[in-house]
Amino acid sequence: MTFLETSTAAGRTTFRLARPAVSGVLALRPIAVGTLLAAVTFAAFCVSVADGRIQIPLTDVVPALFGHGDPGTLLVVRELRLPRALTGLLVGAAFGLSGAVFQAMTGNPLASPDMIGVIAGAQTAVVAGIVLGFGAGLGTQTLGVVGALIAALVVYLLAWGRGTTGYRLVLVGVGVAWMCTSATDYLVARAMPYEARAAVGWLVGSLNERGWHHVRPLALAMAVLVPAVLLLGRWLGTLHLGDPVATALGTPVSYARIALLVTGVGLAAFGTAAAGPILFVALVSPQIAQRLAGRATPPPLISAVTGALIVLAGDLVSRIVLADARLPIGVVTGVLGAPVLLWLLVRANRTGSGG
Amino acid sequence: MKRDLSGTPEPDLPHPPELHATGLRLGYDGTIVVDGLDLAVPTGRITVIIGGNACGKSTLLQSLARLLTPRGGAVHLDGRSIHGMPTRQVARRIGILPQSPVAPAGLTVIDLVTRGRSPYQTWWRQWSVEDERAVTGALTATGMLEHANRPIDALSGGQRQRAWIAMAIAQGTPVLLLDEPTTYLDLAHQIDVLDLVVDLNRRDGRTVVMVLHDINQAARYADHLIAMKAGRIVRQGHPAEVVTAELIEEVFDLDCQVGVCPVSDAPMIIPMGRHHGARTPNLAVR
Repeated sequence: MTFLETSTAAGRTTFRLARPAVSGVLALRPIAVGTLLAAVTFAAFCVSVADGRIQIPLTDVVPALFGHGDPGTLLVVRELRLPRALTGLLVGAAFGLSGAVFQAMTGNPLASPDMIGVIAGAQTAVVAGIVLGFGAGLGTQTLGVVGALIAALVVYLLAWGRGTTGYRLVLVGVGVAWMCTSATDYLVARAMPYEARAAVGWLVGSLNERGWHHVRPLALAMAVLVPAVLLLGRWLGTLHLGDPVATALGTPVSYARIALLVTGVGLAAFGTAAAGPILFVALVSPQIAQRLAGRATPPPLISAVTGALIVLAGDLVSRIVLADARLPIGVVTGVLGAPVLLWLLVRANRTGSGG
Repeated sequence: MKRDLSGTPEPDLPHPPELHATGLRLGYDGTIVVDGLDLAVPTGRITVIIGGNACGKSTLLQSLARLLTPRGGAVHLDGRSIHGMPTRQVARRIGILPQSPVAPAGLTVIDLVTRGRSPYQTWWRQWSVEDERAVTGALTATGMLEHANRPIDALSGGQRQRAWIAMAIAQGTPVLLLDEPTTYLDLAHQIDVLDLVVDLNRRDGRTVVMVLHDINQAARYADHLIAMKAGRIVRQGHPAEVVTAELIEEVFDLDCQVGVCPVSDAPMIIPMGRHHGARTPNLAVR
């Protein structure tokens, strides 16, 4: 055997190393699409850093990111621009990855954390914190994660307790999401005017006034959760063939599903805690990534990059194109995402996959 | 087999598997479907389970593949309880194709068949020499090589079923369990799939257990036939001994005559029904 073998058979390019014994299928299109999307995302990130009341030339942005440039520019970049851009980048990636995990695991495009009550759970907990007065700073993060986990647990027990179908999960999830939304509405209605305004401001999802205290918890969480998803990702390939086939192929189904569920919920929860519920990103990003990459199921990493790009681009649209309207990012993604949801529903019914 | 394999590494070379169940008690939620069932699967043979609807035949097959945890009793593979073994280790010895599995839209045949290798794959080793050999072999055996790049959902029913069987073949297990592999196929494709099962048994020496609805096909393709009713085995053995008019009456509650299949010498049943059966049969009656 030569040191490196590659071959192209049945439209797939495969590689095999003699030592160490590494081998796999090289999916050329996803690699190309992923690289391209990452480049565009980086460009959007740079524009986001450059744009503002004090315009920074794009040529100065990249050096400033690495700590080169005049002190004034560095101060603006580090203290004002980076937290917002990084929050957008990380929140988008967290939502995209979370959606990919849920959708790939259930084989159902509607099973994303914003549809099945996970984000709604985080929402209720954070709003409760704001209204009842214990939800500042780290409290928001903790409440968001706890709320999301509780909602996910309820959905899991009701829908997945015995046997699983993606359809059942969506139905139960939508029910739980509505319950959480009602609770949130009740809290806002009963709140004092100042708290109510703070809660509503948080509820639409926004990147305004983000600081490093928004970035740090999310970045830490993702440093743990992203590698976890990549390691667990091997099981996604069998889980979407259904529990019996996955078991037949040696996947420890219950353990794999709980591990993936916890990572997916964690990503959605920390994302929500950092920027509020930015709607539809978790639902739409994996679907777009899947189509761009030409795969049958959402590819996790490309979904994450797509999510980051959607949030950064949406934020730029609201800041630059719709500057007068001062729309928060959550409204932009909501307006753009709703038609995609409709399209998914129509398509799901036509293929008879039940969602 | 009295060998104690606990604590010793699994041997690399596949040895003839020995699969048997003792005192099986199976059910879903509140209902018990099978109670106190013993079964020894003949190694290297094709075993077919027949029986009426809801007689527990699929339930039994699922428990043999540890898809269903028994309420009592155990399934043993080479002397060890399969429910106590790591599921990945079982997946290298027993393959099962459940009834009408569904693949995500757009998944290609070769991607599906490659999934059959997952019991052997690691995060860094996804396409070893053995993986390639097993996948190519499975695609060739099922005649799916030319369709390797097509999405499953674009295939005809017969091709789709062969793609799934190819996945189970690629898993390279000495035991293969098939739950109604001919359901939803037209007659030509049914025979096609059953002939493929015979190839897997005769050529590769795999032990096959399958559930079939068609009694005549079961009698023709089985080396060992098991007739079930209400969760228990009514009779088992060579098809010629099992398929009799009395047994069919008992198991299926159906009046019939039993003749001999002119092409395979297997017993063949002709159901009577309410409107026929008055005439003297032309078949050589056993």
